[in-house]
Amino acid sequence: MGLIPATAAARRARRSGAAAEDDRELLARLRAGDEQAFVLLVARHNSAMLRLARTFVPSVTVAEEVVQDTWIGVVRGIDRFAGRSSFKTWLLTILVNRARSTGVREQRSVAIGDGAAAVERSRFNSAGAWMSPPQHWIEESDERLFAEELTGAIKSALDELPSRQREVVTLRDVEGLTSHEVCEVLDISEGNQRVLLHRGRSHLRAALEQAVRV
Amino acid sequence: MLRHNDDLVCQQIVEIITDYLEGALPRSQRRRFEAHLEGCEHCSEYLEQMRLTINLTGRLRTDDLTPVMREEFAALYRRMSSQGA
Repeated sequence: MGLIPATAAARRARRSGAAAEDDRELLARLRAGDEQAFVLLVARHNSAMLRLARTFVPSVTVAEEVVQDTWIGVVRGIDRFAGRSSFKTWLLTILVNRARSTGVREQRSVAIGDGAAAVERSRFNSAGAWMSPPQHWIEESDERLFAEELTGAIKSALDELPSRQREVVTLRDVEGLTSHEVCEVLDISEGNQRVLLHRGRSHLRAALEQAVRV
Repeated sequence: MLRHNDDLVCQQIVEIITDYLEGALPRSQRRRFEAHLEGCEHCSEYLEQMRLTINLTGRLRTDDLTPVMREEFAALYRRMSSQGA
């Protein structure tokens, strides 16, 4: 298919490895009271935190407060970070606890086709075989532009997901956390994580299918 | 040998595809999953689309901090430091 370079996952893994190393260095400087290290840590993680906070609370303003509150907690509690998990996992765990303690959970509901099914039942025959199978997503002549368009479709679809699915998909597929880390951050079981991931990803795929079709 | 009624159908494949990608299927079911895929181009296409979806989702990035936000966080840090954080 060649739409996406096969090395994207590898690139992300390298990036997250290098990022963890940089975090450790910045943390050491932060412990020594280096203001610049704090700003650099914020610059690295703030957007991921805002994105995640936004899935818990009803407004951008409240999300920003939760994020700022988390950073204050990080600076005050820096000596409690034992380094057993990555800094990012620790940071996001604090964020989730603070966001949950605001007590307001955003209510979103969205029609996702045929209940919780990954693919609408009407696309299969009574024996469960495809009647309306997925069409091959053609390679466009300008692949880069095409991919950008699809990324836009994913972004909208992600925003529409029920918040628990959005939390899991955001952490796994946007932020690149492992399933184990996601369970730690959100305090959910592996099985629960997989169900939410499955529903979320299936919905994103369906949204892309729509986008490709038009 | 698989009995015929043990075979997975397409509608089941799309529901256990995440478990497959996550390596969470028991070995016997993984074999049945892969056996189905070998003979089903539609489910193979579907699997490809799921992989592409995951890949594209990984490309979402948001903006960096603006200079104003940087200054606000620097100021926040100074306030915390002066309060003996």
